[in-house]
Amino acid sequence: MNSITATNDFVIKFANVNGSGSASANEMFARAIIRMGVPVSPRNIFPSNIQGMPTWYELRVSAAGWLGRRGGSDLMVALNPQTWDRDVAEIVPGGYLFYDSTRELPPSKFRDDINVIGIPLTAICAKEFKDPNQRRLFKNIMYVGALAALVDIELSVIEDLLAQQYRGKDQLIEGNRNAARIGYDYAKAHFACPLGIRVERADGVGDRIFIDGNSAAGLGAVYGGATVAAWYPITPSTSVIEAFTSYCRKYRTDPDSGAARYAIVQAEDELASIGMVIGAGWNGVRAFTATSGPGISLMQEFVGLSYFAEIPSVIVNVQRGGPSTGMPTRTQQSDLLLCAYASHGDTRHVLLLPEDPHECFTFTAQAFDLAERLQTPVFLMTDLDIGMNERLCKPFEWDDSRRYDRGKLMTAEELEAGKDFGRYLDADGDGIPYRTIPGTHPNKGAFFTRGTTRNAYAKYSEAGADYIYNMERLRRKFETAKTLVPAPIATPAAEPTRFGVIYYGSTSPAMAEALTLMAADGVHVDALRVRGFPFASEVDTFVEDHDVVFVVEQNESAQLRTLLINEGDLSPKKLVRVLHYDGTPITARFIAGAISDAIDDRKVQPIQTSMNR
Amino acid sequence: MTYLAKPRLLADVQPKNALGFTRRDYEGAISTLCAGCGHDSTSAAIVQACFELDIEPHRVAKLSGIGCSSKTPDYFLGASHGFNSVHGRMPSVATGAALANRDLTYLGVSGDGDSASIGIGQFAHAMRRGVNMAYIVENNGVYGLTKGQFSATADKGSKSKKGVLNADSPIDLVALALQLGATYVARSFSGDKDQLVPLIKGALRHKGPAFIDVLSPCVTFNNHAGSTKSYDYVREHNEAVNRIEVIMARNAIEASYAPGSLRRVVQHDGSVLMLRKLGLDYDPTDRIGAMNHLHERNALGEIVTGLLYVDESAEDLHRHLNTVETPLNQLDDAELCPGNDLLQALNASLR
Ligand SMILES: Cc1ncc(C[n+]2csc(CCOP(=O)(O)OP(=O)(O)O)c2C)c(N)n1
Ligand code: SF4
Ligand SMILES: [Mg+2]
Repeated sequence: MNSITATNDFVIKFANVNGSGSASANEMFARAIIRMGVPVSPRNIFPSNIQGMPTWYELRVSAAGWLGRRGGSDLMVALNPQTWDRDVAEIVPGGYLFYDSTRELPPSKFRDDINVIGIPLTAICAKEFKDPNQRRLFKNIMYVGALAALVDIELSVIEDLLAQQYRGKDQLIEGNRNAARIGYDYAKAHFACPLGIRVERADGVGDRIFIDGNSAAGLGAVYGGATVAAWYPITPSTSVIEAFTSYCRKYRTDPDSGAARYAIVQAEDELASIGMVIGAGWNGVRAFTATSGPGISLMQEFVGLSYFAEIPSVIVNVQRGGPSTGMPTRTQQSDLLLCAYASHGDTRHVLLLPEDPHECFTFTAQAFDLAERLQTPVFLMTDLDIGMNERLCKPFEWDDSRRYDRGKLMTAEELEAGKDFGRYLDADGDGIPYRTIPGTHPNKGAFFTRGTTRNAYAKYSEAGADYIYNMERLRRKFETAKTLVPAPIATPAAEPTRFGVIYYGSTSPAMAEALTLMAADGVHVDALRVRGFPFASEVDTFVEDHDVVFVVEQNESAQLRTLLINEGDLSPKKLVRVLHYDGTPITARFIAGAISDAIDDRKVQPIQTSMNR
Repeated sequence: MTYLAKPRLLADVQPKNALGFTRRDYEGAISTLCAGCGHDSTSAAIVQACFELDIEPHRVAKLSGIGCSSKTPDYFLGASHGFNSVHGRMPSVATGAALANRDLTYLGVSGDGDSASIGIGQFAHAMRRGVNMAYIVENNGVYGLTKGQFSATADKGSKSKKGVLNADSPIDLVALALQLGATYVARSFSGDKDQLVPLIKGALRHKGPAFIDVLSPCVTFNNHAGSTKSYDYVREHNEAVNRIEVIMARNAIEASYAPGSLRRVVQHDGSVLMLRKLGLDYDPTDRIGAMNHLHERNALGEIVTGLLYVDESAEDLHRHLNTVETPLNQLDDAELCPGNDLLQALNASLR
């Protein structure tokens, strides 16, 4: 048998039972590799269930720094009897199987083309620890210790992490360290360590941080000055609010009174969540909600109100698989159109498209400036892959000289001085009117907010001219938005090419790798990552500059492509769909394969002539 | 009782309140409702209540849903910010507004369709959540704006203008508010200004969720024989449990009342509710008793009005959330943004 040998470049997958406490052990293992200076990228694969169901934690170790999903497992840590057969089947030939050998299994349960490492975890725990709860938890740390020995992670790295995690609780530190050491020693004593796959100290991580996108978005809301959050629990967005709550407790508690400089309300549903956000935004605070597809569906009417009455609101949409309840614990980018045109009538909305936790932080903070500057709903379009998985990313930064852009808020002084206040008047020609918040001035600046049509001075009106004035102003405002949303980022190919690719969000790490894979094969493609909607003019130019542009996205109906065609008047023929939508994160292999195949096909097809026009 | 703009000339001779405002300063745009619509009388009562309470108009935020009733905030308190939101969702918008600035007075106006049909969920949750607001439902048993369909408060057996009998059981918002934790619950009649104005005053001064169900007949679609929400029917079946008078802490004049017939309730803000008992011995601080009384009288076909329940030690959402005294919308950048040093420390913990 040929055993896989690889240093700092392999995939290890943990098959666990949900609720067994394995999540934090797995995360610690990932962090240990990062501390060894080697980039990793983990992905949680979990069902919509709390206990007793299978979960997987797939960890890609990549010296080259590829953070997308690779696929295949070189080492399977099979700790769930329920999924044993499929887990064992998934191991790459020559790979490794790690399992709890307390209970003997018949040879038919194994494969001859893999290496088997059995450690009697349960038996060792039963011998070493009396308390059943300890037995369960220490078993997790014990396999981390054993794996450390097997793949050559320094035990001291694990010990440091444990000390950090349980700081101040010496007994826990000692207990956990002991468990890790038992596992480590057992592996060293019984197996040839390290295995063919191993970790070697490197310098590939730099100053990057390791955090999930939802936590980053929650933190971004704190830094962005949000004080009101209203929400209704839904996977995969719940942890955005959980993070916001804990960061608020930490950073927004009044030091003198202990009172909260924030208000978080768990609403009765998503209608109420967005209603509260709009009421709060109307009254002059920065407010947001976090939800996923089904919640966005419920919010439609209110989103139209926020758009038409021009009230700032921020909506974090952590996308999951749709339609309907769809695949609630799987990832997709399938709410793009839903959000871009949310609500009845002629509406269009600002979308921000972060690629990783760093951008989740930055864009969430920016979303509040944009919502107030543009007086409109702003959607942060993240997804389960970014939101619920920890990802190595650039550290967060904040410029202390930055002030929140509260937009065009007319002050009591300006009103007093007699400045003309037309709530829906385009005073500056950028489509953005001035607003006042309740209580601004004793007898000037009050107006009646409504979702019905009105004139520039907020008086009810059904006159066609008033309606058109308003709609044209909103159109101008949307043009202004193009210049304010994050600009697209281009990655030119090494050689001039007629081919381009457009993508966004969580496709990013897989795309970076795919471009390298293709370039190695002589396939050169210019890439453009869109980061905001409405699209900046560079996007149109990019399409015009190429004969064929692949649009890579994670949904079935090519929503980004539709949006590009619709908003940019671009030729549909030029835009080729590359779609991945089975609920797993897109991979570099998939992208490179699809694009290379399409380019090959095109070379022999007459379409070439039209492309050369 | 349709309000028509009074000629400017008269304004000067109108009486002024402690702030120097006349009643006119509390009025709004000219009503576009049907002449005789109960809702206009309620608007007039709101104007009167705010005038008498010496409220600064710009310190009030008025919010509503959609319906004839929900249009009315345009017709009172023209110097206040108003928000005509979406159908049945005023409570969430008001909740968000109240979170943003705890120092304003929040007045929500809704209809029976708006609050008992499409919006019953939001109504219920605003009550149980303890939003500090006065919540008035102008209850006419029908959808006025969409031309007379039954609403969820229409009584079983009542007849529509087209002659259709309502077979569904009615929702009593007062009973619901009591059950859900509203801390000031009243019912009144748009045709009884003497009863309604003080009830609104008490609600505006209440610190917590204050709910008033105002029977407010729709002259166009629900004022015929066979309706249980017509002017005649409500007048005939009205059973007031008490009459209240709201006295501000600064000008207590309790001495002029005969002892025994009065019940004195002090609210959080120091305002005093003087309750004159009518006939029976009714205790408005007894929630269970209030619920029982309501159901008993309801079974007899009576419409119980007056201040049905008040909790003197009411708490509101801000108290539950322990928010700072400074309104959230007045916190500055430095109070909101933790700054780069803390962010770098956080980065360090994420490596
Ligand atoms: C989502 C939605 N559905 C339906 C309507 C139509 N609609 C407008 S007002 C109304 C009923 C209002 O009834 P009520 O709240 O009792 O107010 P009233 O007119 O009787 O004062 C309806 C159904 C709407 N505006 N929005
Ligand atoms: S239809 Fe009825 S509720 Fe509407 S304004 Fe006319 S009388 Fe009032
Ligand atoms: Mg009605």
